[in-house]
Amino acid sequence: MKNHVQQSIDYAEVGLIAGLEVHQQLLTDHKMFCRCPAGLYTTEHDGELLRHMRPTLSELGEYDGTALMEFKTKKNIIYLLHKSNVCTYEMDDTPPFLMNQKALDVAVEQCLMLGCDIVDEVHVARKQYLDGSIPTGFQRTAIVGVNGRLPFRDRELSITQVSVEEDSCREVSDKGHLIVWRTDRLGMPLIETVTGPDLRTPDEVVEAILLIGRVCRSTGHVRVGLGASRQDVNVSVRGGRRVEIKGVPQAWWARGLVHGEAIRQVNLLRLREELHQRGFKRPEDLVISHSDVTDLFAASALPFLSPGNWERFVRQEHRRPGFELGQGPFCVRAVKLTGLAGTLSWPTQPEYTFAHELAGRVRVIAGLDQQPILLHTEKWPDYADSHRELRKIKQRLRCGPRDVAVIIWGPMQDTLAAADEIRLRFQDAMDGVPLETRQPFLDGSTDFERILPGPDRMYPDTDSPPIRMTRERVNRLQTTLPPPPWVREERYSAVGIPQSTIHFLIRRNGAALVDYVVEECKAGLRDTCFFFGERLKGLRRSGIQLDAISKARWCEFFHAIADRPVLQEAWREILSWMLDAPDRTVNQLVEENGLLEDTSGWDCLVTEIVESCHPNRDDGSPERRFRFYMGRVMPKLRGRVPAREVGAVLRLKLERSK
Amino acid sequence: MSRSNDELKGYRGLSRSKLTEWGIRVWSDVQVLNDAGSMFEGVVLPRSETLDDLHIVIKMRNGYNIGIHVDRVRSIKEVGYKEAVYKIPEKDFPRSPELPNVTLLGTGGTIASRLDYRTGAVIPAFTPGELYGAVPELADICNLQTKKLFGVFSENMASREYIILAKTIGDEIATGVDGIVIGHGTDTMGHTAAILNFMVQNSPVPIVVVGSQRSSDRPSSDAALNLIHAVRAAAFGNIAEVQICMFGPTSDRYGLLHRGTRCRKMHSSYRSAFRTIGDIPLCIVNRDSFTYLTEDYLPRDSQRQVVTDPLYDDRATILYYYPGMSPDLVDALVEKGYRGIVIAGTGLGHVNKPLYPALERAIKLGVHVVMTVQTLWGYAQMYVYDTGRDLLDIGVVPLDNMLPETALMKLCWVLGHTDEHDEVLRLMRHPVNHEITEREPHNGYLILQGGLPETEEFTKSHWK
Repeated sequence: MKNHVQQSIDYAEVGLIAGLEVHQQLLTDHKMFCRCPAGLYTTEHDGELLRHMRPTLSELGEYDGTALMEFKTKKNIIYLLHKSNVCTYEMDDTPPFLMNQKALDVAVEQCLMLGCDIVDEVHVARKQYLDGSIPTGFQRTAIVGVNGRLPFRDRELSITQVSVEEDSCREVSDKGHLIVWRTDRLGMPLIETVTGPDLRTPDEVVEAILLIGRVCRSTGHVRVGLGASRQDVNVSVRGGRRVEIKGVPQAWWARGLVHGEAIRQVNLLRLREELHQRGFKRPEDLVISHSDVTDLFAASALPFLSPGNWERFVRQEHRRPGFELGQGPFCVRAVKLTGLAGTLSWPTQPEYTFAHELAGRVRVIAGLDQQPILLHTEKWPDYADSHRELRKIKQRLRCGPRDVAVIIWGPMQDTLAAADEIRLRFQDAMDGVPLETRQPFLDGSTDFERILPGPDRMYPDTDSPPIRMTRERVNRLQTTLPPPPWVREERYSAVGIPQSTIHFLIRRNGAALVDYVVEECKAGLRDTCFFFGERLKGLRRSGIQLDAISKARWCEFFHAIADRPVLQEAWREILSWMLDAPDRTVNQLVEENGLLEDTSGWDCLVTEIVESCHPNRDDGSPERRFRFYMGRVMPKLRGRVPAREVGAVLRLKLERSK
Repeated sequence: MSRSNDELKGYRGLSRSKLTEWGIRVWSDVQVLNDAGSMFEGVVLPRSETLDDLHIVIKMRNGYNIGIHVDRVRSIKEVGYKEAVYKIPEKDFPRSPELPNVTLLGTGGTIASRLDYRTGAVIPAFTPGELYGAVPELADICNLQTKKLFGVFSENMASREYIILAKTIGDEIATGVDGIVIGHGTDTMGHTAAILNFMVQNSPVPIVVVGSQRSSDRPSSDAALNLIHAVRAAAFGNIAEVQICMFGPTSDRYGLLHRGTRCRKMHSSYRSAFRTIGDIPLCIVNRDSFTYLTEDYLPRDSQRQVVTDPLYDDRATILYYYPGMSPDLVDALVEKGYRGIVIAGTGLGHVNKPLYPALERAIKLGVHVVMTVQTLWGYAQMYVYDTGRDLLDIGVVPLDNMLPETALMKLCWVLGHTDEHDEVLRLMRHPVNHEITEREPHNGYLILQGGLPETEEFTKSHWK
């Protein structure tokens, strides 16, 4: 077999297309459909629930494929509850309350900033998720705006829709048939911004994520911090299909992920060609059989595959029957793939082969998750008896040179499900790229998460009435809308602020402060940008709580500086006084700390210090001596006499005293 | 004007006339361009009649619905027609001679349901085939046949339905079924279970009333598991009474069988809303076991002859007493011809003094006035305080620990037989099936108070 690995590709040539779904939590006091506090996370719980999910029919009478797949996994789902952040709504024991109107307003703001058309009547839908991430089995979601656009590079990025929705649970663990979720995040309001499939390279994807992030931040009403914004990246190549890489935590991850997915799809399309050439075109062309081969591995030297090792694994992992553990006795199953030799080592993503695709399905759908999930005869591990065991397997299955086998192990029922999944994955392979949701990893790789859901998983929420979006409401939100990031960018860069500082200001909500101070205190735009964008960075990094300073107090600060420009030199000191005494005005603080005292005769102080102290190591360097004395003098004069003037006098005195 | 109502289902006023003008029907696959230049593609859905007449609802290609204001429509074009056929995949319910035969009687409720576009709510629908399609596990339990008696929400159940239901149960038992399940909305499930206890006595087989607190169109619904538990109780359970089968805890764990005369819905939405009041439930039912909590029940006996007695006179009511209640209310009831009044009194069975003359007048006119307690738990013990003694003197008859709703159901049933005062009161005080019990066990009243350390300890370590 030739090496088909393809690591670098021309994105335009393979027809790479990508789009985004950016999720951003909103800054509201309460959750989306109940009155629980938003943003209150806990690591403990004081109650638990056990639930299961069943697929239901869509509004148009269809079952959703993903839903059926997730039902096959037969998951036991446990929810961890804490009274501080969930009520009976999150438990799905109380119907939703009316939608949080503040969240809806923020969604509208977001829509307006993205140039969207606001829908006239908002309808809440239920989007099915049977993985248990939401106890109802669906997420309540509603489209608020459509058909937006924003400036991107030298063109426009289209916004398909913006919806407002409730956040899901956080996964705690996923072992075999038991998945555990923490409910604290459940129900937090978020907006999902969906772009058109307009992106063409991994770099563009990263840039678009950052851009949409800045738009979200510009409303000033979104949450920041870890997990407050997550994005799904949709990728396809020509001839491939949309694959959703779900929950990319940081923009820069997308570069490797999009690249890897493009390569994966190109390779899967080649595999399709190969399969077709071998005559595998329709499901019935596949000859895949399986049998119980537990006896062959009873004394295997591998750390899995033998019943004894399985028992040890079950004990160590505390896998309980009826919870984590699937049904039936331990079983090793061999799946014979007739005429499919070479397909398992077929490259997919960089560093991975098609066997990894099978392993993903087996792990998620059959619940067989003991590493390495599966073995196959094309790349059999090396151990004491490995050749003999491999030979025995091939003999038992009567594998010819063009055949290959996959070994899976675990509870009997799960191995049967796994064998079926392997067949289904090959069926998909004949068709090219399956519609999937994939989980991202830091190394740029992805693994199977679920089949990509289709429109059939949508169902109207019969518990929530539609909400009419009146023109009055939209207009009211429009009048108080902060400027979008590109408007600020243009304005700030016109006075010479570097792009990195502008982006920092927008991301950290500093731009709103800059504009406020410039407007209210007539401060210079350039100085103010520099002050909030650069000077404060260091303070913030050293953990000083600048957010504790209100807009009004910043105004006092800038007014004081406008009145007495020399105060600006003592900004660090003034800020620390402000933080220490939040009830004192800036003017009071300046006065109490002596900055308004009479400064006449300050040059005598300089003389005094020059005469009374001497550097420890005086190597005669005039600059070093100057800095030494400035360091002694300025703490007594900073904010009262401009450093420039002090410096001039000091230099004169030092020269004279030479 | 040639359009039938169906073609514009739920649309009225402005939106209706606009749709007519455009020649667009419900289920039309359309392309709509609005005044902002946005294009919406999708299917026109029926509209809930309770909503305004300004919007048309479209299901877009991505599955989301949105409402478009008719005044903003610049152009609309029908490009197809796609009527939704909502159907649970129907498969022949397998029959096996070894398995018991169970009949499921449908009254409505959300055990099996589908969306109703007119109201936006869910409406019930089931056949054995549909049920098998939705809950295939049922076929491992029994041979199921279904009869849809009515499709009503439980609040619409009343005398007519009770009588039909009781008669049908009698007929079904006569055919030799091994158990009966009644699908019912949960709101008045307690009432139905109570009245059936009086109308259907001496049953040879279990009669199990079941529903769901989350409709079956939700993935996390309790409907399937409740149905599995109920069908098992009907097929294999040993309790040949009218009982309610609903979730024990809110977790997907086990169901409880409650005696129909002592059971009440105690939460508007929790899955674990049903509780036996003043006693303990009859049985815990699991996917593969029954744990009987008492021996005090009528056991299954195929030789026993059922007695159906489906009589009902609805000239009775509950008067839920509150401080300062005016005697006019009692007079008005009498004037309107009510023959029986169940008072839900305070404490041990009390009302205020100004009501006495009105009650006395009513009783003198032959109205049967009985006393229950609005505390739900505990007995009407009217001899303890003067207030109670005065009421006893007037002729108000205490019903001990009979639940107010059960008392009402029983009074209607009794009135169906006789209006003779002493006989009515005799029958009311004579329990048919534990609606009055002589003893209240100390674990018959357990409302764990949250926040207490011992309760917290319990709720932390047990699935809710």
